[in-house]
Amino acid sequence: MNTTAQILQKKKNTILETWMQHQLSDATLRDDLMTNDELLKQSEELLGSLLKALSSGNYENIYASEYEQVTDLLGDISIMRARQGFSPRETTLYVLSLKKALCDTLEEEYKDQPEVLYREVMQLNQLLDNLSLVTVETFIKGREEVILRQTDEISEISTPVIRVWDGILALPIIGTLDSARTQVVMENLLQEIVNTGSSIAILDISGVPAVDSLVAQHLIKTVSATRLMGAECIISGIRAEIAQTIVHLGIDLSNIKTKASLASALHLAFGMLNLEVRRNDRNKSTKLFN
Amino acid sequence: MERIPILKMGPFLLVTIQVDLYDRLALTLENDLISMVSKTGARGVLIDISAVSIVDSFMGRILGNIASMSRIMDAETVVVGMQPAVAITLVELGLTLQGVYTALNVEKGMELLNTKIGLDLAAEEEKDEQEEEAE
Repeated sequence: MNTTAQILQKKKNTILETWMQHQLSDATLRDDLMTNDELLKQSEELLGSLLKALSSGNYENIYASEYEQVTDLLGDISIMRARQGFSPRETTLYVLSLKKALCDTLEEEYKDQPEVLYREVMQLNQLLDNLSLVTVETFIKGREEVILRQTDEISEISTPVIRVWDGILALPIIGTLDSARTQVVMENLLQEIVNTGSSIAILDISGVPAVDSLVAQHLIKTVSATRLMGAECIISGIRAEIAQTIVHLGIDLSNIKTKASLASALHLAFGMLNLEVRRNDRNKSTKLFN
Repeated sequence: MERIPILKMGPFLLVTIQVDLYDRLALTLENDLISMVSKTGARGVLIDISAVSIVDSFMGRILGNIASMSRIMDAETVVVGMQPAVAITLVELGLTLQGVYTALNVEKGMELLNTKIGLDLAAEEEKDEQEEEAE
């Protein structure tokens, strides 16, 4: 065991205190996201495992087995902070403030040996820089996970299949259609057709910002698949600019039923199912009789 | 050798495919079905593929062939109960089964055949009546 590690081990409580002071006095302290007690517990645990790792004499390789516990702990902390909404700066400062606390302690110990102080501080610096890199990496990974989960959720909620009438399904598509989304839309729609035994599906594209040849091809595929299942597909919500794009691109939608609005598509669907919607004249006639 | 049974129901032929079709079986079915159409003079063919979970381009072509052949022999073909996964596969393969009628289930398929044949019969009767009147 080398001397620096011993000194640090001995001074553990002082270091922890200084570190906590640094953290608490920092302007970026987020006591709204995390209580100070929690922070203290977290810091104590991290410092303990770091000092244990340091006592092995390894100052360079943070991927060695001695540092496994430290990196694991740091990883957990960063991922947790990423989820809680800490900024990258706040998360990195957490590790960097530990560096300051450690250096302060060493400075006091090696007051009369500047050479030793310089060497030890440099070593510690390098080590903690590496650790803060790990923190940032895991932090970003945690954020990416959050983004991925949200992407999944968005694609899940953005493709609801609505049963508007007995035998009529409506599928409002909102947002850009790409291959992956079309696949989800198609699968959801076809599955719902099987589940409800509906014979007409209305695809409403009023929420689709732009239609290019690829999107049009996806739409045609969806319509063909619906037809293969034995249901009819109507595309509604075609805005003026989308109609212009489709014609300019030379896309042939002539064998697909298209309507300008969901209302007219529904009207067409009622017609196909031999249904009729009528105004109820009962109120009027009672008035006449009175 | 394994064969898929073909049932006769009034003017229609009913085929229920309960196993995954391999190429030879599909070819046998095509032969059997067409000879049945010619033997019985059926007006409609209903193929239920609700139990088929795997389909390839060959199978898609066979279905198309059956439809075209039946059409020549004056019988309409309805494919019913296609699984969503099968429909997606066929579309991805570029086989949209033009000329084949589709329906969600056997009940709706029968209804569709009835209307198709019924219209034909009504038209024929009308034609006969007109001819009679002309005479």
